[in-house]
Amino acid sequence: MASDQLTSDSAKKGPLPIFRARGVSKIYEMGEVRVEALKDVDFDLNEGELLVLLGASGSGKSTLLNILGGLDRPTSGMVWYREHDLSQADEDELTTYRRKHVGFVFQFYNLIPSLTARENVALVTEISDDPMAPEEALDLVGLADRMDHFPAQLSGGEQQRVAIARAVAKRPNVLLCDEPTGALDLETGRIVLRALERVNNELKTAIAVITHNAAIANMGDRVVRMGSGRIASSDVNTHRLSIEEIEW
Amino acid sequence: MRALNRKLLRDLWHHRGPMLSIAAVVAAATMTVLSMRGTYESLVIARDSYYEQSRFPDIWASLERAPESLKSGIQGLDGVSAVDTRVSFMATVRVEGLEKPATGFFSTIDREDVMLGRLHLRSGRLPGQDERDRVVISEQFAKANELVEGSTVRAVLNGQLRELEVLGIGISPEHTYPLAPGSIFPDNQTYGVFWMGRNALSELADMEGAFNQVALTMQAGAKEAHVISELDAILKPYGGLGAHGRDLQVSHQFLESELSQNRTTGTFIPAVFLAVVAFLLNMVLRRLIATQRQEIAVLKAFGYTNADVGSFYLRMALFAVFLGAAIGSVVGYWLGDMMVELYTEFFVFPDLQYRLSGWLLSFAFVISALAAGIGAMAGVRQAVSLPPAEAMRPQAPASFRPGIFERIGFARFLSSSMRMVLRNIERQPVKSIFSAIGVSFSVAILVVGMFLFDGIDYMMDLQFNRIQREDLSVSFERPVSPSVLYELQSLEGVSEAEIWRSVPARLISGHRRKEVGITGRHLDDDLRRIIKEDGLMVRLPAEGLVISRFLADALQVEAGSILDVEVLIGQRPVRQVAIQEVVDDFLGVSAFMEIDALHRLAGGIRSVNGANLKVEAGRRESVSRALADVPAVADVSSPRAMYESFRKQMDEGFAIGVFFLVLFSSIIALAVIYNGARISLSERGRELASLRVLGFSKQEVALLLFSEQGLITLIAIPIGWALGYWLAFAMVQSLITETYRIPFVVDSGTYLASAAMTVLAALLSSWVVRRRLNRYDLISVLKTRD
Repeated sequence: MASDQLTSDSAKKGPLPIFRARGVSKIYEMGEVRVEALKDVDFDLNEGELLVLLGASGSGKSTLLNILGGLDRPTSGMVWYREHDLSQADEDELTTYRRKHVGFVFQFYNLIPSLTARENVALVTEISDDPMAPEEALDLVGLADRMDHFPAQLSGGEQQRVAIARAVAKRPNVLLCDEPTGALDLETGRIVLRALERVNNELKTAIAVITHNAAIANMGDRVVRMGSGRIASSDVNTHRLSIEEIEW
Repeated sequence: MRALNRKLLRDLWHHRGPMLSIAAVVAAATMTVLSMRGTYESLVIARDSYYEQSRFPDIWASLERAPESLKSGIQGLDGVSAVDTRVSFMATVRVEGLEKPATGFFSTIDREDVMLGRLHLRSGRLPGQDERDRVVISEQFAKANELVEGSTVRAVLNGQLRELEVLGIGISPEHTYPLAPGSIFPDNQTYGVFWMGRNALSELADMEGAFNQVALTMQAGAKEAHVISELDAILKPYGGLGAHGRDLQVSHQFLESELSQNRTTGTFIPAVFLAVVAFLLNMVLRRLIATQRQEIAVLKAFGYTNADVGSFYLRMALFAVFLGAAIGSVVGYWLGDMMVELYTEFFVFPDLQYRLSGWLLSFAFVISALAAGIGAMAGVRQAVSLPPAEAMRPQAPASFRPGIFERIGFARFLSSSMRMVLRNIERQPVKSIFSAIGVSFSVAILVVGMFLFDGIDYMMDLQFNRIQREDLSVSFERPVSPSVLYELQSLEGVSEAEIWRSVPARLISGHRRKEVGITGRHLDDDLRRIIKEDGLMVRLPAEGLVISRFLADALQVEAGSILDVEVLIGQRPVRQVAIQEVVDDFLGVSAFMEIDALHRLAGGIRSVNGANLKVEAGRRESVSRALADVPAVADVSSPRAMYESFRKQMDEGFAIGVFFLVLFSSIIALAVIYNGARISLSERGRELASLRVLGFSKQEVALLLFSEQGLITLIAIPIGWALGYWLAFAMVQSLITETYRIPFVVDSGTYLASAAMTVLAALLSSWVVRRRLNRYDLISVLKTRD
């Protein structure tokens, strides 16, 4: 899946959704138990959109995000990244896809403890085609003065911002965030969300944020609610709140 | 406790990889204890009971000729218990169907009650005192030449060709390792021992009522040096050639050096294995306990005591270790039995069999348990001291700091992934160092094992290609006139001949003395050369002595020193002689002189004892046969044939030796690297999963994981070389004997092979762990908190 092909295709046909999922189901077989995590889900994510995926634990939102991010494959249904069918891609194609097009942010940061903030970012820029400088990415998340610290020397919020910098440094088309503030307090959570907002505004990166925290939903362009493996609703947010106005 | 036991079994099953690898190392340790140590003990038991039954002498002396009446004089010496006098000599023997002539050591047998070093009959009967031409022959010679009771051989005894009938086949404790004089390994086809009745053989040798060898046992508490000097004094007028104790009895000496080698390796190798076991258990258990923090907390919260929790992990270690010890015992028993079987080909005892003592078996289990205890100690203490509340919390994130490489400014050349590798190694320096040492043992074991062959190869090449350049060497039954040279030169097929003389002498420096044969040769002789350790040739000086380093060290003299030389034949003159040069050589103990200088030193009639011959191509066998029929010839031997038979034995030994070395070293390398990589994977699974999410391919992630073990292996290789070099040097030092010194030579091939084997083991371990890595579930790893 070559990136030049992707760009030329999208240029021809005008703005397509970045992701299109149609009739996606995911069934986990855990020993003798069958868990239907996704049931016939249709879903789109548009260019430049900041989308909040809201749902209780076990609603299937993480499963959907993992499938979009190429970490997992649906049991049935189709998923396209632009015009590329992720549901048919093999292991190597998914690796290339993750490497070039998508950035991840997790609840538990998942930084490499043996590398400094700068090096954690460099780890990704070293294998990317057109990355920004690690320093630039860290500056974007407000960590210009903490670049040579190791994860163990950073607070939770700082670690999460390093994770965001690491995710955006390769200039991905889409950023997938799974409970990015789940382990953080309100104030720190705000700083992290502000960093995400800035990425969305300045780099025009499409972002999907998973949360079970309904308050956060107000910062998105669109809010998709999930429950029991299905999409319950999808609402365009006419009045996007600034981070400072959010309370939880 | 039953539920906890069930958990123990399940945990063992779940961690079967590390547990089995540890069990394998313990098995190897037990195997070496049972086989090597067991063989050693079996040999010692066989030797002791044999020496006891056969009344093995303590002291021997050879002399020219003394009347039998002297026996009572010897008997009366202070400290002497029993005395046995003998007549013995060498003679050539012709066996039907054997191309080359053989050499026989002929000796008298006396009445059972007076004989020391009694014969043990395997079959047939002993000849009577007066039974002429009836002999008992040594078992090895009989086997090698397919001789049985009733077979006949021909021998030239005292100038007469006689046909000898084999009455019986026997073994003697003085010939447990049957070695022809001057050789360093047995050739049973061409060397055998022949025993005939005392009166019959004495008559044939013109030695009626006389003896030329005496053996004796000492009273308890007698001083050997004292008895030897008394014996030397009493034999002096009868051409005494110097008495010696068991330490210089050839067969005993070889047996002892084999035993001491067995004891050393049987101690050293298991110790290495057990050290590796302790290290592995320490590493594996600590990791296991780190991953089971929460389970430990729950157990403690429910009221399990610290002792319950501690003994849980201790039992885990003991299980792995006892499993290994049990497997090792079975294999070790079988291996020990095989090794003893192999020994019976070289050392002959009436009753040698593998005996596994209960003591040794329990010893193997006890030291294994000890290694388990030491290895488990840190982990158990960690589990015991964990307060339940703290155990419930996840472990604090690992803290890192820039390592030494970065502080010296090396970092800018490194990619982020390489930095990860280096920092991980530097963060746990103890673990990294022990891993490297563990792997280096595996390299060192190979170096030490293979170097022995390098050294022996070097020694043999020097001996048979550079020193002994003759096709045949001949020794005469008694000294002959130097004019024998012309007869030999005129023999059909002989192209060159050089004669030599050997004069038994005692070299004296202060209170140190040493009996040795001084060899005299002509200055321009070229069939035999004197070659130093470094391969350079030493020219014989016109006057003075050239002696072996071993001899110089024993006498504490150097080149330039002056020695008193007491000639042990004829008028027994004592003269002062200068040492011109000291030679580092490997085989035997030598002293050389120019032949005319030696004649002058010895006084009396000029005579020679043997000759070295160069023979025309293809004539070796025929010349050798012709010489064997000459009455004056005692022995004809071919260095080439000796070399070939030696090579054959060496190659077989090499194959067996290398098999076990490779097995042992691979077990260590596999276990250390496999567990190291597996623990890295467990510690860093989350990190590696993150990398996969970030778009690193499986290969890239695997490379990152294995770079650490790879780097440790690379560091371990030169350490292993150095360790092996040092151990090899220590081994060479401990194996310095009068008969041979192993040259300290380590071929580059040995270094390469040892490194290659270890790298191979590392790759194999990585491959196993790689399969595990491929099964890792990306998502579930990232969803959990450490």
